[in-house]
Amino acid sequence: MTGTERTRGRLTIFLGYAAGVGKTYQMLTEAHELRQRGVDVVIGYFEPHGRKDTIALTGGLETIPRQVVEYRGSRFEEMDTNAVIDRHPQVAVIDELPHTNVPGSARAKRWEDVHLVLDAGIDVMTTMNVQHLESLNDQIWQSTGVRVRETIPDWVVQQADEVVMVDLTPRALLNRLERGVVYAPERAQAALQNFFREPTLVALRELAMRQTAHAVESRHPYDDAPASAAGDAASPASHHPPDRVLLVIGPEPASAALIRRGRRVADYLRADCLAVYVSKNGGLQSLTPDERDNVQRQLNFARGLQIGTRILEGSDVAETVVEFARAAGVTQIFITRQQESALRSRLGGALAQRLVNLARDMQVTIVADRSVRR
Amino acid sequence: MRTPLDHAARAGRRDPETLLRHAQAIERAERRGQLKIFLGYASGVGKSFKLFDEGRRRHDRGEDVVVAAMQPHSDSDVIAAVRGLELIGTRTFDGVPIIDVPAVLARRPAVCLVDGLAYENPPGSRHPKRYQDVEELLEGGVSVLTSINLEYIEEQQEFVRSITGESKAATVPQAFVTGADEIVVVDAPPDECVAISAATRNGGNVAQQLSRLRERALLLAADVVDHQLEAYLELNGIQSSWGTQERILVCMTPRAPAAVMLASGRRNADRFHGELFAVYVNQSNLTVEDRMANERNATLARAQDARVEILDGRDAIATILDYARSHGITQIFVGHNLKRNWRARLGGSPLDQLIRGAEGMDVRVFPH
Repeated sequence: MTGTERTRGRLTIFLGYAAGVGKTYQMLTEAHELRQRGVDVVIGYFEPHGRKDTIALTGGLETIPRQVVEYRGSRFEEMDTNAVIDRHPQVAVIDELPHTNVPGSARAKRWEDVHLVLDAGIDVMTTMNVQHLESLNDQIWQSTGVRVRETIPDWVVQQADEVVMVDLTPRALLNRLERGVVYAPERAQAALQNFFREPTLVALRELAMRQTAHAVESRHPYDDAPASAAGDAASPASHHPPDRVLLVIGPEPASAALIRRGRRVADYLRADCLAVYVSKNGGLQSLTPDERDNVQRQLNFARGLQIGTRILEGSDVAETVVEFARAAGVTQIFITRQQESALRSRLGGALAQRLVNLARDMQVTIVADRSVRR
Repeated sequence: MRTPLDHAARAGRRDPETLLRHAQAIERAERRGQLKIFLGYASGVGKSFKLFDEGRRRHDRGEDVVVAAMQPHSDSDVIAAVRGLELIGTRTFDGVPIIDVPAVLARRPAVCLVDGLAYENPPGSRHPKRYQDVEELLEGGVSVLTSINLEYIEEQQEFVRSITGESKAATVPQAFVTGADEIVVVDAPPDECVAISAATRNGGNVAQQLSRLRERALLLAADVVDHQLEAYLELNGIQSSWGTQERILVCMTPRAPAAVMLASGRRNADRFHGELFAVYVNQSNLTVEDRMANERNATLARAQDARVEILDGRDAIATILDYARSHGITQIFVGHNLKRNWRARLGGSPLDQLIRGAEGMDVRVFPH
């Protein structure tokens, strides 16, 4: 480890499942405790949302003034990242990690600002809800009907040194909402009608608990520890060779869902994840401009989630994929359902069937299309 | 936009028994106090503060709140939160505070705060365990807010011992905790409580030990929440997986590589902290060898701690898909015999049929 790596700040994420569960409140409480212990804590960015209890907690803490960004004649306030770095506290409190900066800001996303602050050797405490995780985007949409637009790549959260679950029962949250603690009355009514339904909240809360448990486990993996009551005595999981997951992507929208799902499965299996696009002949040039754009977008999306991508050329998709997979030591191939049916007619056999026939040493997974609500 | 509740209205699949059970539950709940438990993974994570802070907030909002038990040594922030709340008849025996159940019942508050659920009462007490006192308060119509550490749950003792090297004498049955009306996880980074807990540990990597307890507490709470969600969906006639928990179904056939599939299923279920299911379809045209293979596979599946079920149905694929849908399966593991299925291609192989029907689930194919 080099000296510069050691001086990178520590990232702590307070993870919740909805607005109003108390993430910022708990983060600021923690900030006060640190301050009492003599730690130099400042507020880099705070979103008051008109919540009195939380606003009261900012008292006694130094706040870095926001910067004003002009966009289309309007003035927006964003975190002044340079000012936070220049002030160089030990700990910076930066609310709402998934926030998208107004166009014209130095960086598109707040998590990018946070990375700069961490790089400067400043510890950061921040907040987010579980539904903003990129790999959960389709699943959240399927179960809630809400397509979350502001997402965070999973690796950002994985790199956090600590993820802390901020819990509140849905009933208590709904009470808060009805009392007007979370939002102003008009907004509260709208919220109650879409996101803040009890089963939705219960499902999101469960996801947040499981996500935090996963974060705890991946920071202290215990596969190598002696078998315990929790482990499975029958199968020594620790001796399984590492998995390598290969995603076969295409221009179809379901590829985004494939990428999210593949990323998630690979993370849980602690497996490498790769993605390929097979171009029939003539490379991407043979595609229509729309298709080409779509393929490029999917490949970029995969790279944004830290998935290595390759464009392969070959007249037979299945053969090309399997040849690459074998050379790359892949153990599992993931395809979309669309690929499955589109290729059926042309090649006289479904892609899955052909892959299975060719790749007897690998497993083939036809991934559910979670981008479609059933 | 389709929402879960529209789903419910459309499906209309609420069976009378479910509704009756629900009605009875409501009736019982109306008489009984509500139990809310703050679950932590070690001492020092801040359960007491959360508990009394909620008590104080409720008191400020006009609820009739009393304190029936505090921990022997409370932090200053806890003492500050308790200030202004009424304390009821706390007796002390051998340094352990004891709930004065008759006094609380006579006072009949709306909410009673009991910090520390896992205490044993001294011999000759009304109940041997404090959770039984709490049960009596609930029966008496008093709602209770209380706190417990994972380490003090009866069914977790083996797990706790495997990590910390010791188990606890005073424990509470897990069903009492998971049966609470509400459960709240009190989570905090381990570094804040290591100082307090380290003294009770048997050396080793304290951070790792705390992490395992922490993970277990979160997953226990997630399971409780999952059951609440299931109950809600059942009550509203929603038959659909919300995919909050991974559920893996291994389809066993006489010649499929069951051992490999089950081992992989187990590993995946463990990594996802999900559930493993294994089924085979009992068909009348099976040979003796096939039946024996099925039996062997079922034994393997039980050894992998899978939920094993033997299904009946003429159409094997349809039977499996029905089972998968009604059990919220998210991944189906299926074997594929390359030689045998080649012939069936014209009419669409069983694999094709399964893939086509398994909407909303991943299908993982194991060639053999």
